[in-house]
Amino acid sequence: MKTLVWVEHDNAVVKDATLATVTAASKLGEVHLLVAGSGCGAVAEQAARIAGVGKVHVADDAAYANALAENVAPLVVELMGHHDAFVAPATSNGKNIAPRVAALLDVMQISDILSVESEDTFTRPTYAGNAIATVRSKDDRKVITVRGTAFEKAATEGGSGTVEAVASTGDKGLSSFVGAEIAKSERPELTSAKVIVSGGRALKDGETFEQLIFPLADKLGAAVGASRAAVDAGYVPNDYQVGQTGKIVAPEVYVAVGISGAIQHLAGMKDSKTIIAINKDEDAPIFQVADIGLVGDLFKIVPELTEKI
Amino acid sequence: MKALVPVKRVIDYNVKPRVKADGTGVDLSNVKMSINPFDEIAVEEAIRLKEKGVATEIVAVSVGPAKAQETLRTALAMGADRAILIQTPEGAGSEVEPLGVAKLLAKVQEEEQAGLVILGKQAIDDDSNQTGQMLAALLGLPQGTFASKVEVEGDKVSVTREVDGGLETVKLSTPAIITTDLRLNEPRYASLPNIMKAKSKPLVQKTPSDYGVDVAPRLETLKVAEPAGRTAGIKVADVDELVTKLKAMGVAG
Repeated sequence: MKTLVWVEHDNAVVKDATLATVTAASKLGEVHLLVAGSGCGAVAEQAARIAGVGKVHVADDAAYANALAENVAPLVVELMGHHDAFVAPATSNGKNIAPRVAALLDVMQISDILSVESEDTFTRPTYAGNAIATVRSKDDRKVITVRGTAFEKAATEGGSGTVEAVASTGDKGLSSFVGAEIAKSERPELTSAKVIVSGGRALKDGETFEQLIFPLADKLGAAVGASRAAVDAGYVPNDYQVGQTGKIVAPEVYVAVGISGAIQHLAGMKDSKTIIAINKDEDAPIFQVADIGLVGDLFKIVPELTEKI
Repeated sequence: MKALVPVKRVIDYNVKPRVKADGTGVDLSNVKMSINPFDEIAVEEAIRLKEKGVATEIVAVSVGPAKAQETLRTALAMGADRAILIQTPEGAGSEVEPLGVAKLLAKVQEEEQAGLVILGKQAIDDDSNQTGQMLAALLGLPQGTFASKVEVEGDKVSVTREVDGGLETVKLSTPAIITTDLRLNEPRYASLPNIMKAKSKPLVQKTPSDYGVDVAPRLETLKVAEPAGRTAGIKVADVDELVTKLKAMGVAG
């Protein structure tokens, strides 16, 4: 089976989500990559060094600069003439593009897979991670998105892929990119961080969130996350949100501060290796999944904890 | 322009789903069902566009069992003008997959010629996040997924999207397909008089065969299981004990 993997990149580096996707794709067979973008040659060179990679298809055209699904999907469909599966990380780009590709190929997509059981059988979470379904695809070609935290990352060095340019399928003229507001952060990226400190509604406001959560995160070298309640209340931007509708994370250590543990939040973090909960309500559902719990007032506990580590 | 809003009847988001002991699926008998939360946001957005004078008519459509009528009545009570139910059999194994739903919606859109089709970004039961994108592909229309802001400007629509690193804005030609993210709006509650009025609004019933669409599933569910449970944790008495634990794990210096 020949797979085509979508390379998630920012025109400078290959994103970690791609590496986990390569691991998943390698369980299906030969791994080819697709680097689409504008001026993405350096990314293609990096991609070719990922362990286990064969051909790297590079589509360098202004039409692909911002990964608009309307322009990228026809390119993928073209390449699927000689691939058996299109595999993308379940990032916002992957989730935007892959179903468009699937429908154009008249196949059902398998979303957010957790494991590859065989060439046509996969497991995936449903009902906010409360039920794990094993599904078999009857389609001749597969379109799959991969949950990054469920697979080991492929090594970034050691591969010797061959870079090959592919012709542009052009700008379809349906959509155009206007601009982006990307949140700036010096801290590790949420989805690949080893330690995450997350805050909830109990933090009261944005200022308190910053004063309590950020110093603790920095002491631990952690990324900062948040519950939906904290995002909706405007304490932090939406890209901090962990949960069914936000980011899915599985760090070594997840510290939940002032988060009750609604099922939508748990869906995003319950595969973390160790969960630590700090909450004043000893009956909060978060304590049912926490490995280590501390019941008490976070306004006292968090500064003390930051001080002592 | 007309707005078409697909809605899905799903398990209520507050209910903790129980996996059936025989591993065939999730037990939905006697479980509270509701309109998918993202679809509620889609209905609300369509109503706001109508209140601004941008949308002229709102058509709600659902693919599902007879009981999905209740979901459509909810949309009508919120402010949709009329509804279409594409009825499918009830019970496990008869759910229509996103590809089948997208094919049906494509037929409805060909009939209705809506300027905007507004869907939720994902249904909270299958968590697929596919139908909107598939519909856009089948119709050859642009897609504005994970929308947190929608502004119609003449024959274009500007959509601010929630992406991994923050927000991005795209401009789409219309007709366009939009999928809603949670922060697009705060859906209104249907008032009692509006719930009463919704009962007399038109609701047309169809079947997949009326549209000549084959909705046979492409994915076979072999098994549904509970996720691996987490072993019971411990409670520590104070910060010092927590610090000791963190140090033992090697995450604190």
